Amino acid sequence: MQLTEASFKEVRDAVLKKEISAVEITKHFLTRSEKLNPQLNAYITMNTEALAEAQKIDQRIAQGEAVGPLAGISFGIKDLLCTRGLKTTAGSKILGNFIPPYDSTVVRRLKNAGAIVLGKMNLDEFAMGSSNETSFFGKCHNPWNTNHVPGGSSGGSAAAQASRLVMGTIGTDTGGSIRQPASFCGVVGVKPTYGRISRYGIVAYASSLDQAGPIVSSIEDAALTLEVISGHDENDSTTSQKTVPAFSKNLSRNMKGMKIGLLKEYKTGELHFDITKTFERAIEELKKAGAEIVEVSVPLTEFAVPMYYLIAASEASSNLARYDGVKFGYRADFKDLSSLSLDDFYSQTRGEGFGKEVKRRIMLGTYCLSSGYYDAYYNKACQVRRLLREQYLEVFKTCDAILSPVTTSPAFKIGERSSDALKMYLNDIFTTATNLAGLPGLSVPFGFSEQGLPIGIQLTGAHFEEQKILNVAYALEECAQLTNANGQKRIPDVY
Amino acid sequence: MIDPEAIQNIAKLARLKVTAEEAAELGEQLTKVLAHFQQISQIDTAGVEPLVTPSDIDFYTRPDVAHNPNTTEEILQNAPEKGGNLFKVPPVV
Repeated sequence: MQLTEASFKEVRDAVLKKEISAVEITKHFLTRSEKLNPQLNAYITMNTEALAEAQKIDQRIAQGEAVGPLAGISFGIKDLLCTRGLKTTAGSKILGNFIPPYDSTVVRRLKNAGAIVLGKMNLDEFAMGSSNETSFFGKCHNPWNTNHVPGGSSGGSAAAQASRLVMGTIGTDTGGSIRQPASFCGVVGVKPTYGRISRYGIVAYASSLDQAGPIVSSIEDAALTLEVISGHDENDSTTSQKTVPAFSKNLSRNMKGMKIGLLKEYKTGELHFDITKTFERAIEELKKAGAEIVEVSVPLTEFAVPMYYLIAASEASSNLARYDGVKFGYRADFKDLSSLSLDDFYSQTRGEGFGKEVKRRIMLGTYCLSSGYYDAYYNKACQVRRLLREQYLEVFKTCDAILSPVTTSPAFKIGERSSDALKMYLNDIFTTATNLAGLPGLSVPFGFSEQGLPIGIQLTGAHFEEQKILNVAYALEECAQLTNANGQKRIPDVY
Repeated sequence: MIDPEAIQNIAKLARLKVTAEEAAELGEQLTKVLAHFQQISQIDTAGVEPLVTPSDIDFYTRPDVAHNPNTTEEILQNAPEKGGNLFKVPPVV
């Protein structure tokens, strides 16, 4: 079995039939990771217990016990999700030595389904970034061209997935952090509806926007992972009690009767030529498959980036107040606590523990929440947010899914945008509105730029309609141009 | 323009030590970013209730039952400094 090509289902079935053991699979991907990671820096921490955990799965199978739908599948977890006994840093110095005493719900569900956690993947510090350049543990590189960024914030997950250091990964998406790196690295990334997946045990950035989701190699694997990690959790009161559909069983490429919306507002003149070309081909393919293409309008998407940054920074400034050097995390090296004021203790610890971008967002958020500015910035953004959501609800009365690019350009070069905060923020023009409205979205790889960098296509659906966007992406996946001149699937050089 | 003094005031509110050099840079960047974000002021939002969570969720409250998933040692293991069963901090009163 070619493990780097096989689907979760194929590998799991082989494990259950004892054709291959969980230990063999784990060894295979650990070896690949050890060999290829130095070029990418996709991992922050490797799980030294992975083989022991795989052994337990094999023992359970040998004893005839039922194991879950992801039995033996190797997973990389964004280092923002707590893993019991395994360091969880959020890419920050301030959590550099944090060992959680519990598993996040997403990780617990993956483990209960038989998945093996191979390690914790690199990310922008506290998920604040679009390029994985703000990680305290160093930049991560795009496996298609290591001079380029993998995207962010889930850059380590996407890079590891593209180069098959693992079979599947988990990312989180607050303003595009699953979809954008998935597009830059040529893999599938799904951000589910807000409330579909528990945020319990995920280091909070902006609580009303954060959602975890899979970054994997195919729509089929994404659907299966979603089934495992979705659903109500009593530890997160914002999770929905809706039944989780059997996403993987319901996958269908039948596009007859599907109405696909194109956003008028996304016809920006700033699109890279290769993005336009790839996007137009996606429209043609969906037409050929029998879908109806309709033009729709969500005028307030034009204001999504300002709304997003005002709200996300405000929530972040509040969420990150917990890092105070008392119960866990970094504490500045104080010689004598007895003569120190509490304010100096906090300020020094936080000043040393947070990186530049995180400080910038805490400052922005504190400013927006401070008296005199609250109404003009935070409150105003939340009011516009309601209007934006209403415009989307109207649009989804007339179409089943919205098709759009993920980004304005393919992966940019390392260092190219990191010096200008505003320029970096404006990267997110196609992805942030989805989070503000709480909608599900995904990126599916569809082609390559002339320079050989992957390009994804974005689909956005109505609340809790993940199945519809998965199905459209499933149809697109079949006609994606991802092969080379010899008809073989293109793979990164490090592969 | 958000001047260095205003930056130091925000930094104080955020309990964040910011050097003079950082304050100058932050002032410049936040001014630029907020000037761009100012564009939302043109949208008419009179009478609109702010939206603070995006989905129609029936907020769930779990039964008020105490669970004890961790031992005291497990909780204390991440503490930067401790004394016995307590977290060590500067004088607070």
